[in-house]
Amino acid sequence: MTLPGPLSFQDLILELHRFWSAQGCVILQPYDVEVGAGTLHPGTVLRALGPKPWRAAYVQPSRRPSDGRYGENPNRLRHFHQYQVILKPNPTDMQALYLASLEAIGIDPRLHDIRFVEDDWENPTVGAWGLGWEVWCDGMEISQYTYFQQVGGLDVSPVSGELTYGLERLALYVQGVDNVYDLAFNDRQSPAFKTYGEVFLENERQFSTFEQETADVAVLKRQFEDMEREVPRLLAETGRQGQALVLPAYDHVLKASHLFNLMDARGSIAVAERQSYIGRIRDLCRACAQAWLTLEETAV
Amino acid sequence: MAQFLLELFSEEIPARMQDGAARDLERLARDGLTAAEIPFDTIRTFAGSRRLALVVDGLPTAQPDRLEERKGPRIGAPDAALAGFLRSAGVEREALVEKDGAYFAVIARAGRPTADILSGLTETIVAKFPWPKSMTWGSGKLRWVRPLHSLICVFDRQIVPAAIEGVRVGDISEGHRFMGHGRPFRARDFDEYREALAGHFVVLDVSERKRRIVDKARALCAGRGLEVVEDDGLLDEVAGMVEWPTPILGDMDPRFLNLPPEVVRTSMRTHQRYFAVREVGGGRLAPHFLCVANIETPDGGALISVGNARVLSARLDDARFFWDSDRKTPLEARLETLKGVTFHTQLGTMLQRVERIEALARRIAPLVGADADLAARAGRLAKADLATGLVGEFPELQGVMGGYYAAAQDEPGDVVAAVRDHYKPQGPGDSVPREPVTVAVALADKLDTLTGFFGIGQAPTGSRDPFALRRAALGVIRLIFDNQLRVSISHLARLAGAESPETLLGFFGDRLKVALRDQGKRHDLVDAVFALGDEDLVRVVARIDALSAFLAAEDGANLLAGFKRASNILAAESRKGPLPEGLPKRAASPAEEADLFDALGAARPDIDAALAAEDYSGAMTALAALRAPVDAFFDKVLVNAPEADVRANRLRLLAAVRDEMSKVAEFSLVTG
Repeated sequence: MTLPGPLSFQDLILELHRFWSAQGCVILQPYDVEVGAGTLHPGTVLRALGPKPWRAAYVQPSRRPSDGRYGENPNRLRHFHQYQVILKPNPTDMQALYLASLEAIGIDPRLHDIRFVEDDWENPTVGAWGLGWEVWCDGMEISQYTYFQQVGGLDVSPVSGELTYGLERLALYVQGVDNVYDLAFNDRQSPAFKTYGEVFLENERQFSTFEQETADVAVLKRQFEDMEREVPRLLAETGRQGQALVLPAYDHVLKASHLFNLMDARGSIAVAERQSYIGRIRDLCRACAQAWLTLEETAV
Repeated sequence: MAQFLLELFSEEIPARMQDGAARDLERLARDGLTAAEIPFDTIRTFAGSRRLALVVDGLPTAQPDRLEERKGPRIGAPDAALAGFLRSAGVEREALVEKDGAYFAVIARAGRPTADILSGLTETIVAKFPWPKSMTWGSGKLRWVRPLHSLICVFDRQIVPAAIEGVRVGDISEGHRFMGHGRPFRARDFDEYREALAGHFVVLDVSERKRRIVDKARALCAGRGLEVVEDDGLLDEVAGMVEWPTPILGDMDPRFLNLPPEVVRTSMRTHQRYFAVREVGGGRLAPHFLCVANIETPDGGALISVGNARVLSARLDDARFFWDSDRKTPLEARLETLKGVTFHTQLGTMLQRVERIEALARRIAPLVGADADLAARAGRLAKADLATGLVGEFPELQGVMGGYYAAAQDEPGDVVAAVRDHYKPQGPGDSVPREPVTVAVALADKLDTLTGFFGIGQAPTGSRDPFALRRAALGVIRLIFDNQLRVSISHLARLAGAESPETLLGFFGDRLKVALRDQGKRHDLVDAVFALGDEDLVRVVARIDALSAFLAAEDGANLLAGFKRASNILAAESRKGPLPEGLPKRAASPAEEADLFDALGAARPDIDAALAAEDYSGAMTALAALRAPVDAFFDKVLVNAPEADVRANRLRLLAAVRDEMSKVAEFSLVTG
């Protein structure tokens, strides 16, 4: 396959969609609740649980309020895009598939230094961990590659392989650009060509200020507590078909998690409180994971 | 003699686990062969990022044949019993031997083929491998450090079958992931294997990989007046990350040389695994870096070099952002942030900790010859860098960055040094501060930690020491020694507000013992001196050294024997009834008793004078004068004399000798 020059940001996504679609993945849309990482999409966290095979790929806009740099840093964003792939059970040739996906977006592994560097992934807020690597391309971490071992505090079987591509970083690499805001978002020949900056710089500026300076901590705290109360209540409710309302409950866990990240970015979480907040979110997530698993196993 | 070759081919093994894996593989193979009574000449193991390999040379093709004796019925047992035994043992009546009143069947056991044993051994190795962390994958149950794909398992050039879930076992493996044509290869012995790997761009032996890195790096630097900043830990790690090590000298934007060199090096090392490069002789960092790629590319690494340089720039840009913005806020103003940071729920906020350190540094200052105001100032600023962006990004630069920021706001040099170095010494290899202000703050930092955590009952237990209190105590000890500080631990602990300095003192005693034992000192001597209750560590060590020298000499060893004898007698007598009180009198006879009395009287002022002058060798020499009279006394005088008053005086004399010796050290605790 020959490519006419480097891919634009959106072409990168389209190529990945094409590649993983050909591998039998469901191409999902981003989840419409604020999350800190693509893993948190229910298409990964919940679907990794239980016995049913599952292959999915999607883009997930991810928010890390603490990473805001007011649009002044060429490499750091508080809102960025992860390309997420989950293959359950992971196929034997998953590494080879991953490398083929890099070739599909114009990274020739015979010209670059691709490395799998130990990184034991864990996300304490969702009680998940796995073993795997950061994937480096010429010293840059372009993906996270993980074999899930636990999700929501529960052992998983079969094991899912998870790939997370940092899309902005990949695009910087593929386009040979140093500043994220200079990335070509769409085709340079387009009559309405836009750079990444033209699409997102203003968001970074406004939200950095909001998240680190302006957000009302008292409101965030109150909302967090509301979400925290809602999760067990929803899990105790029953849907028309007799099931627990796991999916709505999980949405509330995601909201609680984002509110926690906002409070953290405002510097209002003491070191000692931190663990307790994370523990509270993890407990909520565990409850959802357990309820989801019960649903999956009984619905076989 | 035949050879066994095993290769375990997997996805990338963490670099830090590879050395241990090579050792574990060797141990498992050695234990398995030994248990099966199979002799061999040599075992070699290799570990790299995608494979572990084992080669055993000099194996027989079968276990040695063995003769096994099996005990049968006693001689004269009924024929039926004997017939049953012959049947079960599978031997004829003629093959039985008579021994110890019973029949024995001698059964020849043919050794099993080695291949069978190796098959089982391979399965055991895979099942029992002690990875620090392992995982399952796919739908299987097999555990390995990362997914295990295939095994080469050949003995004497034949494939040894082994049943391992989901894993192909044979004579096929793969070479480098990207270089060459990427097709699998076959190998039936180690020579073929090594040759195939070399042809497929894999350097099997880690020492060979390291040698290539070092040689190539030198060659790259040599022509340009540069040298690589050596870093063995990094070399170990990098050698475990590549199969075909290819050093590349990259260019760093020179504007980053304005950043503190620690920032540049930390970023290179911890984030990127690059070696720093400096000018030969000058010691200054050069605007380059050395990365070790895992591939040779048609463009000679040009794209890789540019890519790595760009990543480093991005990292350092972020560091520069913090470096610039951090310096806009005075350190003092950071304390407001520390107010919101909890140090420990029971020990208050970081600001409260800072205030304790500040006050403590002021109190310690006069004890270490430091200016109290400077020590307090440094104590106040010491932790401020924890609230800076750069330390948030590079936690390992705490202190170092504080020093830079203190210098940037024109703090006095002593304060700058103290802020920078007050965490020292952090480990056995770390240097010990000598500047008095730094010493004051370094002590205050550690003592606040120790008294705080001991105060809330968080003393270390067993291997659990989550707050690194052992390291803190050892730091205090080294600060005291290396600066020859004349302070008592419990005084320091009281200054730090300890409610029960005794517990802390015991803890310090234990740490001291460990430290002194590491220096090769006997811990019974440490006990013997520590039992005197002296807390002046400088004095304690001087005493231990003198005692050690004394006991090594003949006088000391003999006197110790005399002391033990005296103590034993006194202990035995005290069990019968209370020992006589009061001081001994000079006996007219026998001469040995009078001589000992005189010698004691003569030695006492010498001992006291030497002790007062802290001249412990002098005190030992004075003690040595007792050796001959003590020996003679035990030789000639019967302590348990029939006359009660004679006996009492002799006991008093022995008690006086014991007490005199105990001023110098608690000899009863000396074991040797």
